[in-house]
Amino acid sequence: MRFLMTRLGGALVVLALVAVLVFALTRLASGDPVALLLGDQATAEDIAAARVQYGLDKPLPTQFVLWIGELLQGNLGQSIFLQRPVAQALLERAEPTLFLALFAVGIAALIGIPCGMAAAIWRGSPGDQALSGVAMLGASVPSFWLGLILIQLFAVKLGWFPASGYGNPESPLAERLTHLLLPALVLGLLNSALIIRFTRASMLDILGEDYVRTARAKGLAEGTVMVKHVLRNALVPIITVLGLTLALMIGGTVVTETVFNLPGVGNLVVRAVLRRDYPVIQGTLLVIAAIYVFINLAIDFLYTLVDPRIRLEGQ
Amino acid sequence: MTTPTAAMAAPRLEVQGLSTSFATDAGRIQSVADVSFAIHPGQTLALVGESGSGKSVTSLTLMGLHAKTSQAQVTGQAWFTRRDGRRVDLLALPEAERRALRGNEMAMVFQEPMTSLNPVLTVGEQIFESVRLHLKLDRKAAMAHAQRMLELVEIPAAKQRVHEYPHQLSGGMRQRVMIALAMACSPTLLIADEPTTALDVTIQAQILALMGRLQKETGMSMLFVTHNLGVVAQYADAVAVMYAGRIVESAPVHDLFAQPEHPYTCGLLACLPGVARRHAVAVAGQRPRLVAIPGQVSSPLTPPPGCAFAPRCERRIAACDARMPALSDEGSAGGSRRVRCIRVNEQPIEEVAA
Amino acid sequence: MLQRLIRNLTDYWLPLARRLFSRKVVLASAILLALVVAVATVFPWVSDADPNAISISERLNAPSAAHWAGTDELGRDVMLRIVHGARYSLLIGGLTAAGAVLFGTLLGMFAGFFRRLDAPLMRVVDAMMSFPDILLGIALVSILGASLWNVMLALVIVYTPRVARVVRASTLVLRELLFVDAARALGVRTPLILLRHILPNLVSPILVQVTFIFAYAILAEAGLSFLGVGVPPDIPTWGTMIAGSLESADRAFWTILYPGLAIVLTALSLQMLGDGVRDLLDPKLKKAS
Repeated sequence: MRFLMTRLGGALVVLALVAVLVFALTRLASGDPVALLLGDQATAEDIAAARVQYGLDKPLPTQFVLWIGELLQGNLGQSIFLQRPVAQALLERAEPTLFLALFAVGIAALIGIPCGMAAAIWRGSPGDQALSGVAMLGASVPSFWLGLILIQLFAVKLGWFPASGYGNPESPLAERLTHLLLPALVLGLLNSALIIRFTRASMLDILGEDYVRTARAKGLAEGTVMVKHVLRNALVPIITVLGLTLALMIGGTVVTETVFNLPGVGNLVVRAVLRRDYPVIQGTLLVIAAIYVFINLAIDFLYTLVDPRIRLEGQ
Repeated sequence: MTTPTAAMAAPRLEVQGLSTSFATDAGRIQSVADVSFAIHPGQTLALVGESGSGKSVTSLTLMGLHAKTSQAQVTGQAWFTRRDGRRVDLLALPEAERRALRGNEMAMVFQEPMTSLNPVLTVGEQIFESVRLHLKLDRKAAMAHAQRMLELVEIPAAKQRVHEYPHQLSGGMRQRVMIALAMACSPTLLIADEPTTALDVTIQAQILALMGRLQKETGMSMLFVTHNLGVVAQYADAVAVMYAGRIVESAPVHDLFAQPEHPYTCGLLACLPGVARRHAVAVAGQRPRLVAIPGQVSSPLTPPPGCAFAPRCERRIAACDARMPALSDEGSAGGSRRVRCIRVNEQPIEEVAA
Repeated sequence: MLQRLIRNLTDYWLPLARRLFSRKVVLASAILLALVVAVATVFPWVSDADPNAISISERLNAPSAAHWAGTDELGRDVMLRIVHGARYSLLIGGLTAAGAVLFGTLLGMFAGFFRRLDAPLMRVVDAMMSFPDILLGIALVSILGASLWNVMLALVIVYTPRVARVVRASTLVLRELLFVDAARALGVRTPLILLRHILPNLVSPILVQVTFIFAYAILAEAGLSFLGVGVPPDIPTWGTMIAGSLESADRAFWTILYPGLAIVLTALSLQMLGDGVRDLLDPKLKKAS
């Protein structure tokens, strides 16, 4: 319990720092969103008036405090350009990004964990070297390049998948989700590289432990040893990595979203940055970082459930 | 090799010419060469030697627990008499049959109790696993058996302990669990690889007493690997001394301590130049000073052409470097002593009046 | 002095190099990298061919003997541009790696060595690493403005926390080792301990990080340029090349394919090399069961 409380405290400190960081990152950029919004024809008075309307005339520290105040009340602010609350804009964009991230991590795990296990079990063999090489290849490929290639291949030439876009908002969820298959494949393949390497390393760590030898000395079949003794211990860090990868994909998929023209969170952020839509930038970056911090915390919590050494610390 | 007829009292384990080599970055290393010994039912054979002498490798080879990646090459035979009386060569058995014996008829206790148990499974589950596999008991019976095993190794409050995790137990307790694990299916051969080296001295005595008691009660044979001559003196029936992968002397324990014949054994017993001792090693106070054997074990990559001990031997002559001596059957009058030294029949260096 | 250098070379570095290159893949990667660097540096000196030479009549020609990788939407030879672009991409990658390693090592070493600095410094690192790399990069470039040097600076800031974490972890371990205590007992002052005892032992993890960050930086720059928030399009990096040819992708895929391949090959070689270095300097051959 104490372990969790300290972790929670740490997380809150990080969040506070994140808020400061986000605000600083957003405001330090030169450029005036209001001027951009009003266009070339705006007069100085129009711009000044608009600045007051958006609360941009106050000194920066004051704006920061006001923003924090709003946050604590659950208000992420109002977008300058989109004429709606930031929270709403986020929620509208959440669906494609969330599902994309989930699919991608799923694919990465489905490919990565078995391959990593195989590489570890057959360590040193040509198979292992090939798998490790493939993993390194995956980490060397730019996602947009692979996306473009796959679009050319599967969408344009073969027509199996829709090339871009997210389809009609009216159409059923399943139809919309088919638009995510190709981008999820791209991200899944590339991230599986990381999972292969990590699984292999984690398995090798465990395979070198004494208790694996004890398990064999008991006469257990190799399969039982692998699953019940090795994998069980090796999975925990692997799931950690999967969880963190998922967290980083919220917003980290911006490049893929751009290639496939998906109306996701990443897209939202990039557009906001280019236009200096302060509330959106601040709100979205904060939410993204907060998700990462909380997933981290959740994983720590999960550890206490899984690893008896931590669970029974109090006793 | 012919198998002896069942009419003879077969040894529980009879090893003939066991050799093991490994592939390393620097080439193939011969860790164990030409090891032969026999252990009879109810007997304890101590395998003695310093680090790197090949004693642990021998025990792992017998159990078949070498890592696949080490590319172990094994030659020789290891005849094991099963419960049903059949004699099988462990080294020639298909893996499935060998696995049926492991943990069942032959079991092993390792050196490091702190890391030899799976941290995410309870102690009871780990014993339960073995029992379910070999004895084919149902869940309830298996768990009850696991609890009984913990009681057998004198773990207090076994009923609660069965559900505890390894990290909740001390080193001595964990080693008891390891012993319980090994004994769970009533093996006829227990291989103990330095089971007490990693424990406190007081706990050592307890664990050794426990193992001695268990052996008496079950009549199982023990292969006890150690570098501690005190333990050997107290618990072993026979001793085999290893140096650089080979057995250099083997004899019944009393004979060995009374009159060691190989220069290395003498060095271990600190009797060069030759005052014979009797079980005196265990009593530290009687030794006037510490005597060390000069030099170091030669690298297994570049073994000397002749006797491996020659570079450090007091009794070395030119012929020692020519060829590796064979294990002889001669020695002092009769008995089952074997010595690997060409000067074995000569007088001891100094006959000191007792 | 020279004698010591030569002796160091033969006794220490040569056998190390031999071991490093005993794996053929690592050797191949190192050679490939050396080739890329060599071509990138030497070619622009040696050849007059102008990578920006526009030739409308030759627009979007498929790869042929005259143009090994075809021509792009402005008739420029793609292969030529790849070779010239190598300089910029490699420069960005290399300088980013150097910068990230420099600052990351300082940060990590101080955090690892001085207990009171650890928590605050690491919280900042944690905060920075809560963002996906690319988003942080985008935000930083928007602040600094889009130019070659600013992109490098932005990426240095993005990757410094990663290096800091690794260095801190190693420093924590090193700090507990006996030779540090021994140095203290001899009266060695802290800055010297850091310089002479801790830092040299950090070389192996740092070297590994250099190669990987080099690769990540090349990939990140490509991504940023693709989004239009990276290097200005008039500078021919591999990323801007792909971004510029997006519209012709359907008709002339080679304009995208070859620059991408250049990125993949370079990043792959870097990672292979880093892997080889990591294997070499961490030879704990675990008991593989």
